[in-house]
Amino acid sequence: MVEKSIDQATLKMLKKAQRDGIETVWDRLAAQEPQCGFGQLGICCRNCNMGPCRIDPFGDGPSQGVCGAGADTIVARNLVRAIAAGAAAHSDHGRGIASTLLASAGGDTADYPVRDEAKLQALAAEYGIAVEGRATAEIARDLANAVLEEFGTRKGALQFINRAPEQRRAVWDKLGITPRGIDREVVESMHRTHMGVDNDPVSLILQGMRTALSDGWGGSIVATELSDVLFGTPRPVKGSSNLGVLKEDQVNIILHGHEPTLSDIIVHAARDPELLQEARARGAAGINVCGMCCTGNEILMRHGVPVAGNFLQQELAIVTGAVEAMIVDIQCVMPALPQVAGCYHTKIISTSPKAKFPGAEHIAFDEHNAMETAKKIVRIAVENYSNRRAEKVNIPADQMEYMAGFSVEAILEALGGSLNPLIDAVKSGAVKGIVGVVGCNNPKYIQDNSHLVFVRELIKNDILVVGTGCAAIACAKAGLLLPAAAEQAGDGLRGVCTGLGIPPVLHMGSCVDISRIMTVAAAMANALGVDIADLPLAGAAPEWMSEKAVSIGTYVVSSGIFTILGTVPPVLGSQNVAELLTGGAEKVVGAVFAVEENPAAAAKLAIDHIAAKRKALGL
Amino acid sequence: MQEVLVDKERCLGCRSCELACAVAHSASKTLLGAVGEAKKPLKRIFVHQTEAGKIPLNCRHCAEAPCIDACIAGAMHRTAEGVVTNTGGPAECTGCWMCVMVCPYGVIRSEIAQRLAVKCDRECLDEAGEPACVRACQTRALKYVEVDDFSREKRERFLISLKS
Repeated sequence: MVEKSIDQATLKMLKKAQRDGIETVWDRLAAQEPQCGFGQLGICCRNCNMGPCRIDPFGDGPSQGVCGAGADTIVARNLVRAIAAGAAAHSDHGRGIASTLLASAGGDTADYPVRDEAKLQALAAEYGIAVEGRATAEIARDLANAVLEEFGTRKGALQFINRAPEQRRAVWDKLGITPRGIDREVVESMHRTHMGVDNDPVSLILQGMRTALSDGWGGSIVATELSDVLFGTPRPVKGSSNLGVLKEDQVNIILHGHEPTLSDIIVHAARDPELLQEARARGAAGINVCGMCCTGNEILMRHGVPVAGNFLQQELAIVTGAVEAMIVDIQCVMPALPQVAGCYHTKIISTSPKAKFPGAEHIAFDEHNAMETAKKIVRIAVENYSNRRAEKVNIPADQMEYMAGFSVEAILEALGGSLNPLIDAVKSGAVKGIVGVVGCNNPKYIQDNSHLVFVRELIKNDILVVGTGCAAIACAKAGLLLPAAAEQAGDGLRGVCTGLGIPPVLHMGSCVDISRIMTVAAAMANALGVDIADLPLAGAAPEWMSEKAVSIGTYVVSSGIFTILGTVPPVLGSQNVAELLTGGAEKVVGAVFAVEENPAAAAKLAIDHIAAKRKALGL
Repeated sequence: MQEVLVDKERCLGCRSCELACAVAHSASKTLLGAVGEAKKPLKRIFVHQTEAGKIPLNCRHCAEAPCIDACIAGAMHRTAEGVVTNTGGPAECTGCWMCVMVCPYGVIRSEIAQRLAVKCDRECLDEAGEPACVRACQTRALKYVEVDDFSREKRERFLISLKS
């Protein structure tokens, strides 16, 4: 069992799952093995009905599909489709937040007031929207409309790319990969990968990069920035993490998925005196709202809400037998949840019209009746407390405190108002560089192991780590988000962290919030008058699994940042595509991907890369 | 003795057995390693599609093996485990292709550069003693079973079909 996770809470609940006869993601992986080799290599194509086709990787069978597409074309097309799906997921999330802001501005959604006026004004200024002497609602309406226009814009380029340094924009322009509209790039990628359109792997991958940039500098950044306007810009906040945050004597509600729109309101609804009274009447001491995955990250960043775990723990939270309701919205929610919940009293409640789950209760949520719906859902959880069966309850004690909430604004505040102290620390070598560690869990790899081995090695070598998503939750559970974790850092980084009272790993939010990391990278490059590609930075997704991660990795590389993947992407069926991504891209966008499954070896790659970038900068 | 038998109704023609066979005969023994090897590994099982359906074909390791009789070099032989193979025996394969010509199933192929006949040699068993092609088969069309167990299962299915 040890090879499944290094998280003790996970291991304990896996044993309970076995006793309870529950099948989990690890069992389903075992049932899938051996997995299809054609799929692993990316050389199967289902894009038309002359197929499905496969290429023989050993040159022993067909080297072309029915249409004539070879391995290079098929691998590139599949990769671009994965990027398009990932970009679509982030961008549609962003669209939802922008629509909520528009509704808020129109006075249709009393439950969603603008919570950060300063940020609203700053963003309005970025868009050239007048703010002087205007009411908040008017500015919010103009900003929401301007942002929504970005999805189908015909103005030629997205607004937020202007945050990137001039040198980087010149690279994009020269390659013709400046994103022209958030929806447009996804649509064009789907068009180009249709049978008989774009067959040139280089041309396809450039479009993949443009699509990914429409996510990183479009959809994702929209989701982050407008969420801050509506729900508040995160500030340093403390809380606790792992399955031990569930409480035996309280109504436990888990918010799982990705959007803050519903979860933020549920956090408030659970404080309703009437519902608390009802909970007490049923013998519960209170209502305990916890997060999971990126919904968890959204509410922990803003409210310090406890986070019950990361991706591979979603089923195990139910296995504790102590969860009254798991409320889900979109993305990374396993279809298996209702089946697992069927063996306990837990209710799975789906809320997004975009994401329904056979076997779950669906309570449609929209911003116009937010608080009312939220209370209805919390009430279901409270009532379900009476169905809890004590003999099935076993909550592992494991929990760990965290400090999170490091938005760009919070980092600036911690630094005294400008990035200069950080830049000076990088110049002096106290901080050698910065690495963004992001992404999922993947049951093919020991849960959290790659994240933690990689991160510990980096901080030991005086590299500041900024994290998001399930990677950041892994760090939270291991205590790496505490200022005291600076003890594990090298002398330079420890001094900087101790001086500022911050942890060596900064939690910057959910997976759309990788846009915050890009904003910091761009600001550092601008301050130094160099390209992002010149900075001592790297990115890593040690345990990635989702298509969103493919889009993220691609926009990070396309923005000039070396990126290490800890799980092998399905591109090895084409040597040309693999070579382009891991070698040829350097001359094109100034950065490449590396694939390294061993996290200690991956850390060495990052450390060496940062040393080389420092040398080139004369540091 | 266990044999590789085919439940042909279950074959979807996915070619996973072919891939696994080639990987098991590669230098690295892993898919991701094998695709990068200069000398491409050769599969010894072949999925064919006819109007009658899809079916994987490989060596039947015949009791009266014509390939052994025809082998002039004396390389083709039967091991103590009953496996018919032209490697590790009393002589080296010379690539005369007699075995290829006499095999009724056409499941012996060539490694043309080295002039070697190549066939299923069972040098692919995993820790549990299961051949790579069988282990790779998602639908269990390929089975590694005692012959009589296979026929009993077929009888049982036949009887069930009579009832319904």
